[in-house]
Amino acid sequence: MNVKDKVIEIIAEQAMLEPSDITMDSTPESIGIDSLGLVEAIFAIEETFDISVPFNANEPEKSDFDISSVASIVAGIERLIAEKAP
Amino acid sequence: MKRVVITGAGTINALGMDVAATQEAMREGRCGISELEFRDVQRLAIRIGGQIKGFDPEAEFNRQQLSLYDRFTQFTLIAAREAVNQSGLEFHGEMADRSGVVLGNSGGGLLTQDENYRAVYEEGKNRVHPFVVPKLMNNAAASHVSMEFNLRGPTFTVATACASSNHAMGQAFQMIRSGMCHAMITGGSESMLCFGGVKAWEGLRVMSKDACRPFSATRNGMVQGEGAGVFVFEEYEHARARGAMILGEVLGFAMTSDAADIVMPSKMGAARAISGALRDAGVAKERVTYINAHGTGTAANDKTECAAVADVFGHHADELMISSTKSMHGHLIGGTGAVELLACLMALNDGVIAPTIGYEEPDPECALDVVPNEARDAEVDVVLSNAFAFGGLNAVLVLGRV
Repeated sequence: MNVKDKVIEIIAEQAMLEPSDITMDSTPESIGIDSLGLVEAIFAIEETFDISVPFNANEPEKSDFDISSVASIVAGIERLIAEKAP
Repeated sequence: MKRVVITGAGTINALGMDVAATQEAMREGRCGISELEFRDVQRLAIRIGGQIKGFDPEAEFNRQQLSLYDRFTQFTLIAAREAVNQSGLEFHGEMADRSGVVLGNSGGGLLTQDENYRAVYEEGKNRVHPFVVPKLMNNAAASHVSMEFNLRGPTFTVATACASSNHAMGQAFQMIRSGMCHAMITGGSESMLCFGGVKAWEGLRVMSKDACRPFSATRNGMVQGEGAGVFVFEEYEHARARGAMILGEVLGFAMTSDAADIVMPSKMGAARAISGALRDAGVAKERVTYINAHGTGTAANDKTECAAVADVFGHHADELMISSTKSMHGHLIGGTGAVELLACLMALNDGVIAPTIGYEEPDPECALDVVPNEARDAEVDVVLSNAFAFGGLNAVLVLGRV
């Protein structure tokens, strides 16, 4: 499973939806994930890929990590994984 | 209904080892937040806190006591000694039977848990000290206070997260007001600054890595603190008859629950607690000079709290002052309202309003007079102390001069 599919799986599980219901345009709000749900999903992503996501739940829009859509989340995670690689 | 006054105060926190030092730091707008020092701190992303430095438990307690006193109990006893000593009260006979202890606390003996879990899980030990349970239980501090001062009436601990101390002091107030008790030792304490304690908070991703800046547009989260604040609440006629020095009168109290979300605060819940407390006190809102805010430095709290204050006070919201001393001593969780009450007493007794330090830039959603960075002299009439906890539990106290 590639990064994108795995991230979508995690997000779908958090939203209690099927992965097929999630599109790259989906936003956390559009699939019913609130700030606490987002914190949980980010935690699952960190555990899955062994990365640290710079996400501040205090003011998510001001974090160094773009969570505005599934596409931006996937892109951000792919970048963090690439940066981790030696 | 009986009137309730405060005749003793004590504390230990990152700003000072007693009330005088703490209030001096609040007047000067000094910051007690520093680099955390404890085992495994390098494994944390959050490495600052209002940690009490230079505190030597062995100078205060003997070997037997230390085997039973977790750090939160040590803090509580130090603060309680100062408060009871100031009050001049002694507890014998009927006075002892009609006086008790109600303290706020959230984490209990978290350092004791942390150390012993480490011993059995990480170090693989199969034996722990025999007093782990009586040391870590949440009511340990309240019980040791009752034992030290012979308080034989109602004694218990209130755990409502960040509102614990205000809920505790509200209970103490009501017990005296109803005639049930003559005096109560009340307030709260917390000691969560250990690897496991901070790691847990880190997980929630609401902690700041650099500073607590309540109400400032540049804020980026909360900072934890530790310590205790303890007070002697006493029935007014009893205090007057013995010529006790009175630090303030507790005029009213209200508590509400949001019944909505486990972490996100509600403006309605907070507003109902504030207006309820004013109603309970029988005080017109125009008389409120100062509010010691919950002011955690998170976007969720600060915006909600300011909106609630604006709702309750209307035009008067622009006249009153509201500051968060968490910017200086950090968030003491279950002990926070108690240490913050010292800012209320300073306002009432000295006419000095403690500032919100670390304030850099106005936030249009927190457009109140937050007493930025420097303390201010003021004519003070009535003051409020706000506490709004995770779990949607709100507790507000109203204080005035006698």
